[in-house]
Amino acid sequence: MRRPEVKRLVTVLMVMAMVTLMTGESGDASTPPTTGPHGAFFEKVSYFGLFRARRWMVFLTLGLLAYGLMFLYQRYSPPVRKRIRTVTATPKRLVQMRSSRFAVYAVVIVIALSIPHLVTQSYWMYLIVEQVGVWILLAEGLNVVVGFAGLLDLGYVAFYAIGAYITAWMTGVLPAPPLFHHAIPTLWVIPIGVLAAMVVGIMLGIPTLRLRGDYLAIVTLGFALIIDDYVGNQNGITGGGEGSLTVPHFSVNLGVWHYHWGLNPVPYYYLCLIFVVLFVVVFSLLEHSRVGRSWVALREDEVAAESIGINPLKYKVMAFAVGAASGGFAGVLSAGLVGNINPTMFQYQASINILILVIFGGMGSIWGVALGAVFVQVITSYMDNYQPWGFQINDLYMYIGALLIIMMIFRPAGLMPSRRRRREIKDFEETGEGHLDEVLTGDEI
Amino acid sequence: MGFAHFWLSGFDQIRVSFWAYLFVGLQNGALYAMIAVGYTLVYGVLGLINFAHGDVFMWGGFGAAFLTRGILGPSVATGWATVGLVFAGLIMGGLVSILVAVGVERVAYRPLRRRHAPKLAFLISAIGASYFLETLAGKEFGYGTNLFPAQVFPVGQTMFTVFNTPVRTLTIITVVAGAATLVVADRLVRATKLGRGIRAVAQDSETSSLMGVNIEKTITLTFIVGGALAGAAGFMYSLQSGIEWNSGVELGIYAFTAAVLGGIGNLRGAALGGMVIGLFGSFAVPFAFEGNTQWVEIYTFLILIGVLIFRPTGILGEKLGRTA
Repeated sequence: MRRPEVKRLVTVLMVMAMVTLMTGESGDASTPPTTGPHGAFFEKVSYFGLFRARRWMVFLTLGLLAYGLMFLYQRYSPPVRKRIRTVTATPKRLVQMRSSRFAVYAVVIVIALSIPHLVTQSYWMYLIVEQVGVWILLAEGLNVVVGFAGLLDLGYVAFYAIGAYITAWMTGVLPAPPLFHHAIPTLWVIPIGVLAAMVVGIMLGIPTLRLRGDYLAIVTLGFALIIDDYVGNQNGITGGGEGSLTVPHFSVNLGVWHYHWGLNPVPYYYLCLIFVVLFVVVFSLLEHSRVGRSWVALREDEVAAESIGINPLKYKVMAFAVGAASGGFAGVLSAGLVGNINPTMFQYQASINILILVIFGGMGSIWGVALGAVFVQVITSYMDNYQPWGFQINDLYMYIGALLIIMMIFRPAGLMPSRRRRREIKDFEETGEGHLDEVLTGDEI
Repeated sequence: MGFAHFWLSGFDQIRVSFWAYLFVGLQNGALYAMIAVGYTLVYGVLGLINFAHGDVFMWGGFGAAFLTRGILGPSVATGWATVGLVFAGLIMGGLVSILVAVGVERVAYRPLRRRHAPKLAFLISAIGASYFLETLAGKEFGYGTNLFPAQVFPVGQTMFTVFNTPVRTLTIITVVAGAATLVVADRLVRATKLGRGIRAVAQDSETSSLMGVNIEKTITLTFIVGGALAGAAGFMYSLQSGIEWNSGVELGIYAFTAAVLGGIGNLRGAALGGMVIGLFGSFAVPFAFEGNTQWVEIYTFLILIGVLIFRPTGILGEKLGRTA
């Protein structure tokens, strides 16, 4: 056999070894090892799960089979590949046409409006709002900061926390008395929460946005950790680890017209949908405005942008504030929906999870980010609730981690890359140059 | 109790047991410094925050813990057995961590480098690797299991007493091992041909490849050095508080803070930053409200943010190529 084939065989076997480790029952290092052939071969858990012998044999055999199939595919691939290309060519061309893009928008909106009729279980509707809707808002907000302006913010969850805690404070369910000692209805907190998040965005932005790249990342991460620790420890103000009492549901009371969002998640779904559409429209208008183009200029080359009269700090702070708005709203919405808010919702891992949605969908692409958020959040909620194939929720991040690495290797620009990014990739593939080669030269993002 | 009184009583505590706080700080500082070296080397060469490094440290800790338990069992070692087991643990931790670190490089970074992925893709891949390693350890070794290595010396043993303060054996071993490995790593980077390769790639990868430096080999070497130190630190840490699937997260963040504080990309800076963070964290304990140690975290990050805003390149400045 030639060398590349041996290499591929080793790769396949190592992948299968990883799969063996990643599946099956969890181990426990404090249990004494089961000895003898019976322990090694027939018990599901023997010692810390590493020695699941049956599983090893099964998966390594599968690996050999997979290698055989790959070998055959390599040998007879050209006709198959050609076939695949012709099958996928037409839809690709359709998506790229302008008129059909409007058709896609229409279809998306119709689907979004009909979801409450399709999903009959109230539990799932609730999850759709809490796990998908709120996270789309968060991902779109972070997309403005990371995708449009190219500022790596690892503390984005702070804005979510601000929105949620402002809601709890204003509606009088925190130990701290509400402003003017007078609780207000949850719905009226929306503008206040959004504004507060934007103000905090500006306040955080002015000192930190002078930093670049990784330094900005670590400082924002630091802020996220500080806020997490702070709300978790100020029992007298934020309720500490216990969090708030129950935030009242949203309600409208306009004299003649009353409406109360109750335990039924469907009204929350529509409220969330309205704001998702609103933020998406605002963000996409911004993207193509003077401001959006300034962000792109700053992202690509800060010095050049400054030389043509773009004030870097001003536009960066603006990106922070704009991005914070949807995060703040997500906080208000989720406080109204969930009721009890506590620090576990706002740990710094949440920022990274939001970043994952952004990258997964396609940084800088509004539709891509929304798609990524829906995709990842639906899958994780499904796994969490139905636990197919003996899946354990504790292991979720193992699969997410593996997925991220695979994704970055094969599709680093995300599911639906932004147009600019697609162009860059194409340029690079055609000419072999362009500014994709950044890691070893040490340029900024 | 008033606010001023609280701060005064904090200073009072430090005055009374200054030496105890100092020794704890030195011990933690040595650990942070050892882990920070891995962050700083990789950053210097690749310009990349290796988020998975904290988990590399954790895996080393598990490896060493299993080895020492396997050798010694439930008994307590004394005399030369202690010396031998400490070395065995350090080496085993280092080996496991090297394996994991090089594995991460091979799987999560090298394919991306081949494809000229953008910088953020590397960061995401690193986060993915970190999640993966962390949860894999949880799955294999149990999510609730806090594994201690064998008792290579009696727990809580004190070696001698200084200024009426007992000095624990563990503190001495950690500080000595930390200092020794740091010196070796420093010499390796500064005074050997391999180290010259690392510095050359850190300065200018293209030119150094033209000069005949094998970039891929050099990158692997930086992961090996960083991994070895992290694994040794993993063993030391597990002796002190046991090792758990998520032990790497907090230590990783502290160590990364240390690396940035000292000037990321700068090996001596990482050592210095680690010591500063360790000592600061220890002396901040009396100022934690209601004895809650999360306040120490808050103080530490406030310091970090302050340093970064006023001196963004850290204490000793960045650039592995020029100053390492």
